[in-house]
Amino acid sequence: MAGKTLYDKLWQQHEVRDNGDGTSLIYIDRQLVHEVTSPQAFEGLRLAGRKPWRVDANLATPDHNVPTTDRDKGIADPVSRLQVETLDQNCTDFGITEFAMDDIRQGIVHVIGPEQGATLPGMTVVCGDSHTSTHGAFGALAFGIGTSEVEHVLATQCLIQKKSKSMLISVDGQVGEGITAKDIVLAIIGRIGTAGGTGYAIEFGGDAIKALSIEGRMTLCNMAIEAGARAGMVAVDDKTIEYVKGRPYAPKGDEWQQAVSAWQDLVSDADADFDQVIHLDATTIQPQVTWGTSPEMVVGIDARVPNPASFSDPVKQEGAQAALKYMGLEADTPINEIKVDKVFIGSCTNSRIEDLRAAADIAKGRKVADNIKIAMVVPGSGLVKQQAEQEGLDKVFVEAGFEWREPGCSMCLAMNADRLEAGERCASTSNRNFEGRQGQGGRTHLVSPAMAAAAAVTGHFVDVRELN
Amino acid sequence: MEKFKTLKAIVAPMDRANVDTDAIIPKQFLKSIKRSGFGPNLFDEWRYLDHGEPGMDNSQRPLNPEFVLNKQRFQGAKILIARENFGCGSSREHAPWALEDYGFRVIIAPSYADIFFNNCFKNGILPIVLDADTVDGLFKAVNEQEGYELTVDLEKQIIIKPDGSEISFDVDEFRKHCLINGLDDIGLTLQHVDDIKAYEEKRKQVTPWLFG
Repeated sequence: MAGKTLYDKLWQQHEVRDNGDGTSLIYIDRQLVHEVTSPQAFEGLRLAGRKPWRVDANLATPDHNVPTTDRDKGIADPVSRLQVETLDQNCTDFGITEFAMDDIRQGIVHVIGPEQGATLPGMTVVCGDSHTSTHGAFGALAFGIGTSEVEHVLATQCLIQKKSKSMLISVDGQVGEGITAKDIVLAIIGRIGTAGGTGYAIEFGGDAIKALSIEGRMTLCNMAIEAGARAGMVAVDDKTIEYVKGRPYAPKGDEWQQAVSAWQDLVSDADADFDQVIHLDATTIQPQVTWGTSPEMVVGIDARVPNPASFSDPVKQEGAQAALKYMGLEADTPINEIKVDKVFIGSCTNSRIEDLRAAADIAKGRKVADNIKIAMVVPGSGLVKQQAEQEGLDKVFVEAGFEWREPGCSMCLAMNADRLEAGERCASTSNRNFEGRQGQGGRTHLVSPAMAAAAAVTGHFVDVRELN
Repeated sequence: MEKFKTLKAIVAPMDRANVDTDAIIPKQFLKSIKRSGFGPNLFDEWRYLDHGEPGMDNSQRPLNPEFVLNKQRFQGAKILIARENFGCGSSREHAPWALEDYGFRVIIAPSYADIFFNNCFKNGILPIVLDADTVDGLFKAVNEQEGYELTVDLEKQIIIKPDGSEISFDVDEFRKHCLINGLDDIGLTLQHVDDIKAYEEKRKQVTPWLFG
């Protein structure tokens, strides 16, 4: 009999019962809660007269609607304010721990979970947010859910799930200097497409993935959903355990030893069978830049905007034509000749301390180019912000002409005041370049933090390796 | 949840691949703390010529005459046909809430994003998967014949065309059962309270650090 994949192990450890109809009842260890996808779930609980099954399994913070400037003045938009106040009230009413807007631990749910040790190896982690796949970086089974399922987890601590197929994406060899986790994951999405992982749980493996830091693995798993997979994961190794150690919610004392010993098994067996295996050569990956309105529309910095005629599939051809029209780009334009108007460094993909260090390395001693209307840096949490300030990164950014902001989702999806105006072009470290994502008519190019900083200081896309 | 058994309705075509949830319901409408009222803002950026914000009187806004759902012949449509990877992007359940509030009860496409697909069933919407050629055939038929209607019979798992010919489709047993009976699956899970408690007791022994 073949061995088990990491996904098989996580599934089996959390299977409460096999329902006999192709679904299982799966136990959820951690639910992260934010203000946008939870109000209707709490309302549902109230209407049905139900209580949370396990209050301590939930951790909440507002992130999507929070302002990134003038925090002390509160939220100006009354609709946003009501949504955040509703979260505060629901957490108070149901006794759920919340890092509210004025708490230094507040931040993007997918940053604070790992930062607090609230995300642990071997857990099932859910949140009413598709980027919950981020937490798979710890050898956890983590996936986004809708509001009905948020309510289901609150009420029962379980979800009814059908097991996904398994895919191994092995990134073989080592990436070159200046190539980041963001470039790796964009290259993967470029290869398999935004629906390539639909119906699968993806495990990322290979030497290039083993070499990534835990924060890099979070960036990678974060965008599994952009490849169509609800869950992405990386096997546990010493780096995982080292990262978790000593965090506020991590086990202590004897339980720590017991946990570490259990976590050693959170790897796929050598003889495990995957439903699909894909290999990528790490050495060929260039710094990536998206050119269209889907994350799969991506090329290396040394390439040109593709010609729609080069796609053989007519649906893809039409998609590329529509994308170029929306993006205001001509086919065959060299990527490094595309000028940008705004730069956004942040989001659950790229707002952790290593991301800010990488951007600051480029910004240091340089100035934001004259054609850039705004270049903003939005740390992922209050604690990331604090650490960056202790390291002096805020000063580097401010001296270079960047704005240093308060933590939140910000211009990744522009639910707060940070957004693109119609026609504005942005180098963004976020995860989605959909039409209107960063503001109606806004044009988003997804890149790594270093590439975004490089675009800020030169005014156009440029191979970051030329600036190093 | 409203029960779903059979439906005969006008079909509207959404002829683009990778229609994402930001397009289905733009983020500014996600600020609502309610579950209803999203229909007027379904496909907001494509449907209206101005920029929409919550609280606007949508009946006074300029419609985009080119957008498919604004065309007279598709008024009253309850079935939407779409292309690959429909509903990709975020987990927002506001997307099926908006589709349902507008009036759609059935979507037919070659593929869907997983989370969106799952969210549909929780809200009385039946997302049907058919192969790309069959869907393409439906697009042609809808474009050629004004008032084109399909009948969807969930119990028998068939779609009946105007000429009486049938297309069969697959659906998971459990999801079919819930849709037909309009069942709230929290209630179903709570029938297994003893199993959940037994699981927790066992896990507390093996992984005590998960029960702080």
